[in-house]
Amino acid sequence: MTAEQTNTSTKRSDAAIDVQQLHKYFGDNEVLKGIDFHVANGEVVCVIGPSGSGKSTLLRCVNLLEIPTKGKIFVEGVEITDPDADVDKLRARIGIVFQQFNLFPHMTVLRNLTIAQEKVAGRKKAEAVEIARANLEKVGIAEKESAYPAHLSGGQMQRAAIARALSMQPDMMLFDEPTSALDPELVGDVLAVMKDLATEGMTMMVVTHEMGFAREVGDNLVFMDGGVIVEEGHPAEVLADPQHERTQAFLSKVL
Amino acid sequence: MASPRQRAARWRYVQYAVLVLAVAVVVLVADWDQLQRAFFNWEVVKDQFPRVLTVALKNTIIYTACGFSFGLVLGLFLALMRLSSVGPYRWISTAVIELFRGLPALVVFIALSVGFRLAFPDREIPFGNLGVVTLALGLVGGAYMAETIRAGIQAVPKGQMEAARSLGMTHSRAMISVVVPQAFRIILPPLTNELILLTKDSSLVYILGLSLSGYELTKFGREGMNSAANLTPIVVISLCYLLITVPLSIVVRRMESRAERAR
Repeated sequence: MTAEQTNTSTKRSDAAIDVQQLHKYFGDNEVLKGIDFHVANGEVVCVIGPSGSGKSTLLRCVNLLEIPTKGKIFVEGVEITDPDADVDKLRARIGIVFQQFNLFPHMTVLRNLTIAQEKVAGRKKAEAVEIARANLEKVGIAEKESAYPAHLSGGQMQRAAIARALSMQPDMMLFDEPTSALDPELVGDVLAVMKDLATEGMTMMVVTHEMGFAREVGDNLVFMDGGVIVEEGHPAEVLADPQHERTQAFLSKVL
Repeated sequence: MASPRQRAARWRYVQYAVLVLAVAVVVLVADWDQLQRAFFNWEVVKDQFPRVLTVALKNTIIYTACGFSFGLVLGLFLALMRLSSVGPYRWISTAVIELFRGLPALVVFIALSVGFRLAFPDREIPFGNLGVVTLALGLVGGAYMAETIRAGIQAVPKGQMEAARSLGMTHSRAMISVVVPQAFRIILPPLTNELILLTKDSSLVYILGLSLSGYELTKFGREGMNSAANLTPIVVISLCYLLITVPLSIVVRRMESRAERAR
């Protein structure tokens, strides 16, 4: 981590996500050891690292699915670690896609996409359905709108989950290992959808093991190990010429 | 030496032989005329109708339905309290559950009817006996169902709540729209079993002292037995109970096998 980044609590106005000196403990176990992390508007930042490095925890902290122990997180200039912050309102603006999809199995695909629009965003049913259908179209599963999640393939489920997050019309999307639970031949469809999103200028934070995606789509690559950011930079450069020996060791195993 | 297969076959013959012998003994020893007179006297059977259906069966169903409905609502509240982050809610709910699971249903009936009258001489439980039955069966059933519902809620994967919250739903909205509906799917079979148990517990209402129009199956059968000096009325109401519980059991089994297939 660059040491000259002095910790001030001033917000960076260009940052969609601005994490400052973030610490997270699970019991006595310190999982995040003072993370400084930024995602600018319209930027795609990929986070890689061995399992247990804290990358998923970092992502979950941005959405307050995990409560940070210490440190500050700003989302579009609003401090979400402030105890008075309206967490529900914030979350509706951040789409999140999980490794395990987490579609609601008792609802059709369409209902998965409309329920939060109606109950949280307060949209009328017709409007919600229209938005949902547009997003299903976008991820390429328009014909599955009345199917239940159990009848979809893993790739279709993950695309439905992306469409569900998009239907809330979020300002940014967080992806937590979105392809790690998929059969290899289904990974491509999901990555293609994510690439389209990036091309449209969506702000994205992607925790992933897909180095090809990181190189091709990412604007910035962050390598985490042992709860700290070891190295970051332009993806092509970091992947081709890692400076830190831990990065070198990790990349030599996965590439 | 016989091979294991021969031995298994021989053992099966022995089992069949025992069964045939037992049936033969019962058939020969039993006095069938006497049995029919005592247990299935056709004249007495005819006397039971139609009131066994229009009064007794109807009341059993009403008492059970009221008790079960109240118990389900109570059980859901107790379960949610049990999972609450507020300590006192957890303690109260645990105490209520332990109390009413631990007491015989009959004691609850007595406590509610006699106890209430002693505690509040000027007040009455609304809807008379039906109110007492609803409360008593609801408390007993609710205490059991609370634990079932809690287990069901906890069986819903954590990711469901996280996904709902990440879409901006409040905790309660996520519970209502996402978690509880899935929990109920999981626990439908045990809940139906609870309904069967409550159907039988509804017979305890006799302790309240019922008017004729309030008789449920068991009370009706006992009165019939006393006046006819014959067990036939009990046989008739027994069949009525099975008329309720056997279809329920079949429904449970269907649901279980469907859940099995969906996996």
